[in-house]
Amino acid sequence: MVKTSGKLKSSKAELLRLYKQMLLIRRFEEKAGQLYGMGFIAGFCHLYIGQEAVVVGIRGAMKDGDQMITSYRDHGHMLACDMEPRGVMAELTGRRDGYSRGKGGSMHMFSVEKNFYGGHGIVGAQVPIGAGLSLANKYLGNGAISIVFFGDGAANQGQVYETFNMAKLWSLPTLFVIENNQYAMGTSIKRASAQTELYKRGISFGIKGVQVDGMNVLAVQEAALKAAKHVRSGKGPLILEMMTYRYRGHSMSDPAKYRTREEVNEVREDHDPIDRVKNRLLDEKWAGLEDLKAIDKEIKAVVNDASDFAKASPEPDPSELYTDVLLEVET
Amino acid sequence: MSVDVQMPALSPTMEEGALIKWMVKEGDEVRSGDILAEIETDKATMEVEAVDEGIVGKILVAAGSQNVAVGTVILQLLEDGEGADVLKTPAKQVAAAANVTPEPAPAPNPAAPPVAPQPPAQELDIPAGTKMVEISVRDALRDAMAEEMRRDERVFIMGEEVAQYQGAYKVTRELLAEFGDKRVIDTPITEHGFAGIGVGAAMGGLRPIVEFMTWNFAMQAIDQIINSAAKTLYMSGGQMRCPIVFRGPNGAASRVGAQHSHDYSSWYANVPGLKVVAPYDAADAKGLLKAAIRDPNPIVFLEHEMMYGEVMDIPDIEDYIVPIGKALVRRVGTDVTITAHSRMVGRALEAASELEKEGISAEVIDLRTLRPLDSATIIASVKKTNRIVCAEEGWGQSGIGAEIAARVMEQAFDYLDAPPARVFQKDVPLPYAGNLEALSLPNARDVVAAVKEVCYVK
Repeated sequence: MVKTSGKLKSSKAELLRLYKQMLLIRRFEEKAGQLYGMGFIAGFCHLYIGQEAVVVGIRGAMKDGDQMITSYRDHGHMLACDMEPRGVMAELTGRRDGYSRGKGGSMHMFSVEKNFYGGHGIVGAQVPIGAGLSLANKYLGNGAISIVFFGDGAANQGQVYETFNMAKLWSLPTLFVIENNQYAMGTSIKRASAQTELYKRGISFGIKGVQVDGMNVLAVQEAALKAAKHVRSGKGPLILEMMTYRYRGHSMSDPAKYRTREEVNEVREDHDPIDRVKNRLLDEKWAGLEDLKAIDKEIKAVVNDASDFAKASPEPDPSELYTDVLLEVET
Repeated sequence: MSVDVQMPALSPTMEEGALIKWMVKEGDEVRSGDILAEIETDKATMEVEAVDEGIVGKILVAAGSQNVAVGTVILQLLEDGEGADVLKTPAKQVAAAANVTPEPAPAPNPAAPPVAPQPPAQELDIPAGTKMVEISVRDALRDAMAEEMRRDERVFIMGEEVAQYQGAYKVTRELLAEFGDKRVIDTPITEHGFAGIGVGAAMGGLRPIVEFMTWNFAMQAIDQIINSAAKTLYMSGGQMRCPIVFRGPNGAASRVGAQHSHDYSSWYANVPGLKVVAPYDAADAKGLLKAAIRDPNPIVFLEHEMMYGEVMDIPDIEDYIVPIGKALVRRVGTDVTITAHSRMVGRALEAASELEKEGISAEVIDLRTLRPLDSATIIASVKKTNRIVCAEEGWGQSGIGAEIAARVMEQAFDYLDAPPARVFQKDVPLPYAGNLEALSLPNARDVVAAVKEVCYVK
């Protein structure tokens, strides 16, 4: 674990905001895990628990119009993009009120309105697509940047390097965020990567990279603000390697035999991104235990509402089977 | 001994070229590597270098000569000490393919002149009396892109060698000069990556045309074409649009071996979420490509390298569009229906002419679009002719012909007087050797034979 030493500057309002966002993702994912166990959610379901600081910190550096795109571990990203918990949860249950009207599922959700471009199920495929969004931004001159998330597993995919090459060659406004949670499914980074410092992966293309404590939301946000400024100024892409950790298995069906319980517990107890902010809030006296309880209650209510909604929403109408395959040609 | 310098072949498909300019004159001393002349094909301008040293004895083909066949002696070099008096006019211009073994079986000659396209039997959707102009398929494709790029700022093209090189097959010739490097983008040789970038640009609001130097190379990118471009509209419940055209030459060119000759028609036609277009003539190449660029869906546009140089008639109409999804009856007949797409349409028409001599009237349907497939036109034809031959250049198993035969049996079984027949490439990777390649690829004679089979004629 990369550790940030000392206290980073923040304020009561900011820290409370970050805390609430991370807690929403944590509680949402816990609920999704429950619903999976109860059979309401099927197929693949990849939980983000443990990694919340990464997307919440990055979100703090985004401006209106900036796009976000990621892999299949995407629930946290959608919530960070202000997508409705109800719509996300209803997609997880495969119902008609889900963001993809029940046709996408956990890995395939999008919101053009909220600038969230998925939700992609093929490891690494979102990387060139994300650079393509940047190409469009540059072409249209709209000043937006795209933030492309991928994991330590995807970091070994060939198309990632094809994309690094073109992104640098064409100075695309792309911020690559590698969420290094140490495990590509069940294979630890040490067993999969000849070179494990992923922030260096852009060196041969002339793309600078920075390694960041991805368990510290303020450190993430600070690094993201700096990086986004660079990317937005037209200087081309940057890489941020977020050192993070997922507490749960790769997907719900992963018994996680490839790592020890002690390893997981050590991170949970000593590096939890939410506890860290909680402790700071208490230390600074920006919040008392009662305040935090109230926040937790409020968030649980939102998540329970999403869950109730997702269970109650009907399945898609059978007529939806044949819709959205092709768009009508306008004449 | 004087040395004969011949008109060189610059590509696997080149048969002739123009001698643009001599860089030497008679009496000049040349060394190996010196540039002798500039020649041009329909694809590229190239310099001819000397491979021997000597004195330029006689220039046999004047600068500015057009249609100089490959193998023609264009210049004779004298060796040290020789005088011009040793030169003899070459008795016979040597054929370029002198080392080719005689073809053992009836085989199509790739160099054979194309069959003149029949006037469309089915009315094209153009006003009566429309003037027709001649254009190559290559230029028709280029014009389609240029017109759409003028019409819509969001349209741009990216691919290998599309800009400064003017296109590996010159399909994007002159686009860079008109539209600049923002809209005509040379990519590195990374199909997977740039196809994905194209998909993202389409999702981000642009209208990319992604050129693959050949569809063979798009196998590197097929994940982005199918998993990202074709499926995302559905997976997003209709939110994410991906208006993109993937285009390039598909199928067998000439003597380029198995890895550069694959016909992907049936691969892409299998995928919901894509439209798959495979034009035959210049008019369709233009009209369908314009329709494809305007279409809000991802389009796989399959061209044919051997058709690029064909010069054909095209209606002289501003903004000529051919709608995607409609087949064209290119020749009306009563005894048998032949379906084909891309270059095979020409072979089918050739077969129909042969069959006419034998009293068999064949109806030829140019499929034009492989997805959505225009079943209605095929079924209506079969109900009339009661027989069908499905011809294609790709392999048979799970092919376009297999699909058509199945649909005909499902929807017109009672009308059939014979089982459907298929014509397709032999079930082997395409061989390099000239004779084996010719044996592998389907030709007009194969179509004739299949028609006779379904007509029970010997």
